[in-house]
Amino acid sequence: MKVLIPSPLLSYTSVREVEARGATLGALLSDLDRQFPGIRFRMINEQDRIRPHMRVFVNGEQVMELGQPLAPGDAVQIIQALSGG
Amino acid sequence: MQAKSRRKPSAKKVLVLVATRKGAWFLHGDAARRKWRVDGPHFLGHIVHHLVLDPRDGRTLLAATSTGHLGPALMRSLDRGRTWQEAKRPPAFDKVPEGAPGGEKGRVVNHTFWLTPGHASQPGVWYAGTSPHGLFRSTDGGDTWEGCRGLNDDPGYREWMGGPQDGTPDGPKLHSVIVDPRDADHLYLGMSSGGVHESLDAGRTWRPLIDGLEVVEGFDASQVSMHDPHCVRLCPGNPDRLYQQNHCGIYRLDRPGTRWERIGAKMPRSVGDIGFPMVVHPTDADTAWVFPMDGSMVWPRVTLAGKPAAYVTRNGGRTWQRQDQGMPKSHAWWTVKRQAMTHDGRDPVGLYLGTTSGELWMSGNEGKRWTCMARHLPEIYAVEAALV
Repeated sequence: MKVLIPSPLLSYTSVREVEARGATLGALLSDLDRQFPGIRFRMINEQDRIRPHMRVFVNGEQVMELGQPLAPGDAVQIIQALSGG
Repeated sequence: MQAKSRRKPSAKKVLVLVATRKGAWFLHGDAARRKWRVDGPHFLGHIVHHLVLDPRDGRTLLAATSTGHLGPALMRSLDRGRTWQEAKRPPAFDKVPEGAPGGEKGRVVNHTFWLTPGHASQPGVWYAGTSPHGLFRSTDGGDTWEGCRGLNDDPGYREWMGGPQDGTPDGPKLHSVIVDPRDADHLYLGMSSGGVHESLDAGRTWRPLIDGLEVVEGFDASQVSMHDPHCVRLCPGNPDRLYQQNHCGIYRLDRPGTRWERIGAKMPRSVGDIGFPMVVHPTDADTAWVFPMDGSMVWPRVTLAGKPAAYVTRNGGRTWQRQDQGMPKSHAWWTVKRQAMTHDGRDPVGLYLGTTSGELWMSGNEGKRWTCMARHLPEIYAVEAALV
């Protein structure tokens, strides 16, 4: 499925949209990490929780859990909630 | 005053590594340390908490980075900063399963704060201190890291470490990881807050070293968690001597003794002995420098009366001398963080300090006269100097 990558993570992917696979959000992020080593830890902490400024949307709906089921054809958007100076 | 032991002048050049809130800069000096070539920014926009060159090979650089929004990253260079790779497994706490006993919530490394190369006999070994408090060790040059469970998971230490609220305004910091140059198993570290600690078995077990240290008035100095060392340094010229800039004064400890002496009591009363950094001479254990800041009332943590100055002792803290030649005489409200003052190991010793207002200053004659090397940098977090 297509995954939209936020600009702060383009140093990993070089492109805004990549293809990744997974039956759950966690599996999808693991596949992303396989393709782009290190990218998962920037989004997910060591307790497997989404980091505070990261937001993940599946087909336009925000999801909070790595166990969220995904289906082929889903559109995943990873968004960075930017703030501060 | 002359340093007690004159060393052969070094032919090596100085590389100054400046870590800031918005990236890192390298300053390459000429042999005379008068001209500096600026190289940077590296990691523009990233917070660089510490940037350290491995003195054992002269080419491996580790950079502890984070951003305001992404998780932390530990970057490695094997060619002195020309190219960088991300550590495969950066410092991170163990995952705690849901429903763990006692409602235990897993800890999360916000950032790596401190980096220390291991003992000369252990190439590839590094130590990292994190925020919140955690000690991590790498045996492969910083590519993968393991937690030191003897500290991180010890119930007593977990209590002394406190929670995320029990530290500096930017979070608790584990810092000043020191390896005894005579014994790879002998380690020291500091926790802000949480005290100074020592291990004799390569970090498997630890014990506090807080005797003689004062705490904020009204609190109990026997409580380890109340202690706030800001910067601890071991003297290479005499590894039995430690100096410390603490939240509550400047101290010296001579081992095997275990009681710190408040040598800051000999600082001028109008200046006091509060600050963050502490620098020790590379060969003369009687010589050390501090950069006092205002610790009154709400703790402004800027130069006293807007008149910056370093202070040096040449006799182990019995007396102190002001060193402000070349620095602004007024209206200079500097803050110098605990990692932002260092020396280059040359003879005479070069001193370097960076301010949170983005100025980098140096003295090529052990503090007698200071010059500004760079200004208009972002907020400086750390300054390290290496001979290359």
